[in-house]
Amino acid sequence: MNRQHLVSRVLKPAIFIAALVPLALLLWGATHDGLGANPIETITHETGDWGLRFLLITLCVTPLRRITGWNELIRLRRMLGLFAFFYVCLHFSTYIVLDAFFDLDYILEDITDRTYITLGFTSFLLLIPLAITSTDAMVRRLGGRRWRLLHRLAYAAATGGVLHFLWLVKVDIREPLIYLGILLLLFLARVPAVADRLARIRGAGRDEKTSAPRQIAT
Amino acid sequence: MLIKRPADIKSSEITDEAVYLDRRRFIGGAAGLGAAAASGLLLPGAASALVSDPKATGAVLPGIVDGPFSTDEDVTAYKDVTRYNNFYEFGTDKADPSKNSGRFKPKPWKVKVLGECEKPGDYDFDDIIGQHALEERIYRLRCVERWSMVIPWVGVPLGPVLKRFQPTSKAKYVAFRTVFRPTEMPGQQRGILDWPYVEGLRIDEAMNPLTLLAVGIYGRELPNQNGAPIRLVVPWKYGYKSIKSVVTIRFTEEQPPMTWNMTLPNEYGFYSNVNPEVDHPRWSQARERRIGEILKRDTLMFNGYSEQVADMYSGMDLRKYF
Repeated sequence: MNRQHLVSRVLKPAIFIAALVPLALLLWGATHDGLGANPIETITHETGDWGLRFLLITLCVTPLRRITGWNELIRLRRMLGLFAFFYVCLHFSTYIVLDAFFDLDYILEDITDRTYITLGFTSFLLLIPLAITSTDAMVRRLGGRRWRLLHRLAYAAATGGVLHFLWLVKVDIREPLIYLGILLLLFLARVPAVADRLARIRGAGRDEKTSAPRQIAT
Repeated sequence: MLIKRPADIKSSEITDEAVYLDRRRFIGGAAGLGAAAASGLLLPGAASALVSDPKATGAVLPGIVDGPFSTDEDVTAYKDVTRYNNFYEFGTDKADPSKNSGRFKPKPWKVKVLGECEKPGDYDFDDIIGQHALEERIYRLRCVERWSMVIPWVGVPLGPVLKRFQPTSKAKYVAFRTVFRPTEMPGQQRGILDWPYVEGLRIDEAMNPLTLLAVGIYGRELPNQNGAPIRLVVPWKYGYKSIKSVVTIRFTEEQPPMTWNMTLPNEYGFYSNVNPEVDHPRWSQARERRIGEILKRDTLMFNGYSEQVADMYSGMDLRKYF
């Protein structure tokens, strides 16, 4: 089996299944009294955590590709990004339905007055155009250059997500700081000089052109 | 307004207004009873069986009487009260206290009493509690994090306990301190807060008949994770004011420091009264999720205890004194 097959036929379906495990655990917990004393809080935290994790994992694809020289990894990026969007949507819906119960005044006040909600909501909004333009057809319509430019918003969304988390924690900021650290490393990996060095690790560097998905079905 | 008082009456011996009002309400008879029932309060002496839970463990406390001010709302399940709470001495996750408190030894226990009082000293647990009748009091508890519970506490009112130490006229505040035992309390091994945890009340708040020195829940001894063996319960204030595992009681003339205020002064004030109108700087306090319920409910002023406590704050700007 060549590398392309390994990524498309093994890695991708395996990650697809794995990415559904957090949702499955939540559903199992919700039906088996397994989400603790405050199940809504657990659902809110878990979906938020996984939205942020998948966003950061998605942003790891390009540096990882540079380091390993496995350009086929690009075929995982769209799926990972859409899983990030999926969990963020669940997180947002939990807030709208179970926290605010569709109370528009309450939601608007939260979005305008609470910095952490402003940040989280902005990140959610930023992810919407990225999800919409994730199809091959949209890549074609926008053209690789514009598409890449647009999809740099993923970094803004991840930054907003990390700050959203950091801002709501009372004093024990260890966990959000880990995410902040990962995010800073990802930014560092995008610095051209660093990116070149990463590419030289395996001598398999590719320039920016390949980071837009090719117009082929994956 | 200056009110002249005869000099020979100590301020600590003057009947609190809330007690006075409570007596008046009691004397008020049928009308008062109806009003109290409507507001969800049970009067002292009203008959009701003690709350129990089949999952409750720990030694049964003998001789508990039915205390005043209990709510008739549904009580929170024992497993939730004991497995979901904040007690940073055992870790910052709300499941940590129940997981990490197994090595804590609440017996024997001594409380040091000092400061502006006639009878300072080291008191054993029984010296503190033993002279008073244990009461069951079912109180609402509102956490600053916007969740709430209804807990059947067992304890004694703090006021009569404090009066036995004979606070002097300089005793304007009461300061409390939690035990510091990093080997038994793993959370204290990290400098997440400036240990030991300290809290304080104004003397009239401490003497308020609502304020409880709790030694149990659900008719049994307090579990380690809930602040064994002695903790404060101040139901009209956010949960962190109800300091756990108390080892020091100090009467002071000046307002004593409190841990959360020292940690984040713009977020946590000395008073910390539950107030739906005054937001936490980072989130609204208008609503709360009662544990066991799905949708949020409105938070009540003073957590629903206005009748007992509002007078203590009349004329105060509660936005300034948050």
